[in-house]
Amino acid sequence: MIKMGDKNGKLRIGWFSFTCCEDSTIIFTELLNTRWKNWKNQLEFVHAKVLKKSPDAIPEMDIAFVEGAITGDGQEQKLKNIRQKAKYLVAIGSCAVIGSPSNQRNFFNRSQLEEISPILARFKYKEKVLKLSDVVKVDEVVPGCPMNEQIFLQIMDKYLNTLTR
Amino acid sequence: MHDPTDPFDAENFDINLSEISKIEGAASLEIKVRNKKIEYLKFSISEWKRFYTQAIQGKPAVAVPQLVARICGTCSNAHLLCSLKAIENAFSVMPSNQTKQLRKLLYFGLLIRDHGLHLYIFALPDIYGKNSILDFDEKDPTQKQLLEDTFEVKEVGNQLSIIVGGRSVHAPNPTLGGFFKYPLLEDLKNLIPRLIGIRSKILTLIEIFAKAPFEMKPIIQPIFSGLTSDDFSFLTGLIKNSAGKAISENEFQSYLDAVIIPYSHARGFKLNGGLMMVGAMSRLNLSKDALHPKTKSELSNYLEFFPSNNIFHNNLAQAIEILHAIDSSIDIIENLNQINNEKLPKIAPRESTGVGVIEAPRGTLYHKYNIDAQGLIKKAEIIVPTGQNQVLMERGIYEQTDKLLSEGAGREIIIQEAEKLIRAFDPCMSCASHFLKVTWK
Repeated sequence: MIKMGDKNGKLRIGWFSFTCCEDSTIIFTELLNTRWKNWKNQLEFVHAKVLKKSPDAIPEMDIAFVEGAITGDGQEQKLKNIRQKAKYLVAIGSCAVIGSPSNQRNFFNRSQLEEISPILARFKYKEKVLKLSDVVKVDEVVPGCPMNEQIFLQIMDKYLNTLTR
Repeated sequence: MHDPTDPFDAENFDINLSEISKIEGAASLEIKVRNKKIEYLKFSISEWKRFYTQAIQGKPAVAVPQLVARICGTCSNAHLLCSLKAIENAFSVMPSNQTKQLRKLLYFGLLIRDHGLHLYIFALPDIYGKNSILDFDEKDPTQKQLLEDTFEVKEVGNQLSIIVGGRSVHAPNPTLGGFFKYPLLEDLKNLIPRLIGIRSKILTLIEIFAKAPFEMKPIIQPIFSGLTSDDFSFLTGLIKNSAGKAISENEFQSYLDAVIIPYSHARGFKLNGGLMMVGAMSRLNLSKDALHPKTKSELSNYLEFFPSNNIFHNNLAQAIEILHAIDSSIDIIENLNQINNEKLPKIAPRESTGVGVIEAPRGTLYHKYNIDAQGLIKKAEIIVPTGQNQVLMERGIYEQTDKLLSEGAGREIIIQEAEKLIRAFDPCMSCASHFLKVTWK
């Protein structure tokens, strides 16, 4: 196992959202209601836009939790950057893991595509919406829409346990 | 030549915020200042569209509420309830009184959790000069208490939604005409002490936001708009506005003027050709007298703030609405003597149009579906609160920035104040960006 944790023995965590409804972000913030007392001495949020003003430059981190699908080239570059800075990358929720439902335009018929084509062209959308593993190596997945809380907590516990070894 | 990246040049600079923090979803802000004047200012919603109104074309109308709940994580149950209302209207399904009461509880759970997220996690750090609620000093008794309140208030709202809906996000139990699975009465009764327990925390929160020294009053007062009812239910009523107009839900199509904003992924709206605002402050401006009697009697001093045109009073209005949601929920649960496993009505698909309008936490939400004889969606239109506030939001940032520049403020202050103001609107970008304009004729 790669060495984890900062000089204070805390896991350096990033939470990132791409194209999705951010339902897993809500589930995560609700998990804090009952878990923060235990986590506050073990986690350091180095990038979490929902919780704090976060730096433009992606920092080095132990774990990047990433929700959402990839819709634009800028998102693809940012995801690759996150992958480079994170020891582990966890795909969070259905859009990140399998692309759906954010990739529903991938399955549109001709008339539906004609309706949306001016928007796709104006804002330079990618031809197809991608799941995270289409772009980068994904170490763990938390499926579900929203994410399955129990699987998320198991993964979090697994990485937290690496701190105490 | 001026160097716009020079941090010491207070007269010429560029602001390019690609991701505004502590809001729902992604929005960006660009400001170009030359000789202490704004050359241009663009507030844009930068979420990528997921095209929900196209994606549900051809899908069975009965399946649509669960699909469109996925438009937004935090407003999920508002979209669900609005969509259920629209499809029920299309198929003439009349929900029972029990279903109406349970839906109110589901909604109040959402409101407590969602306003709680906004006020404690997004807005409160601005008042205490902190980056994050998690940075609150636990050695300071006030800050320690507020951190604990954050989690307890949100958790009670969360639990109310989970008990009634089966989950607080994308609730699986509510369906057309009732619930797939009904909550246990005992679970609801057990929540009463916790609802009572967070009342005092919300009274503290109300006091904090009433005393917050933030003010932004648009030069031209916007028209405040919202769905109003005798019991401040958020789920039924007439659409009214501060210009004196009142219409039924079915007339909404001719009510709003869509505005295309070329640089934003979402469209904005105007009312009577002018600026408009929806959300908690609009609701209190229009119908504070309809709040729960206990909420009203306890907050008579703070209700004097309304009607208000200080955008930051949207935070205070949200805190007051949480108290109303708590008091209303306690009443409903206390009056429930049993919960029957009511049978769901048989749905007979037919060619029809259904409109649903509710007050989502951030303002008026409209769903309209055109359904064919087989019960499949032909067309859909969804108008969300943040779209209705978008034009005023940009205008407000412009006026505030202009004022700050005239007072000699520099780049960092302007960024900080712009972010604070944007947060006061409590925009939801996840909601705002996923629809295209529909031509109905």
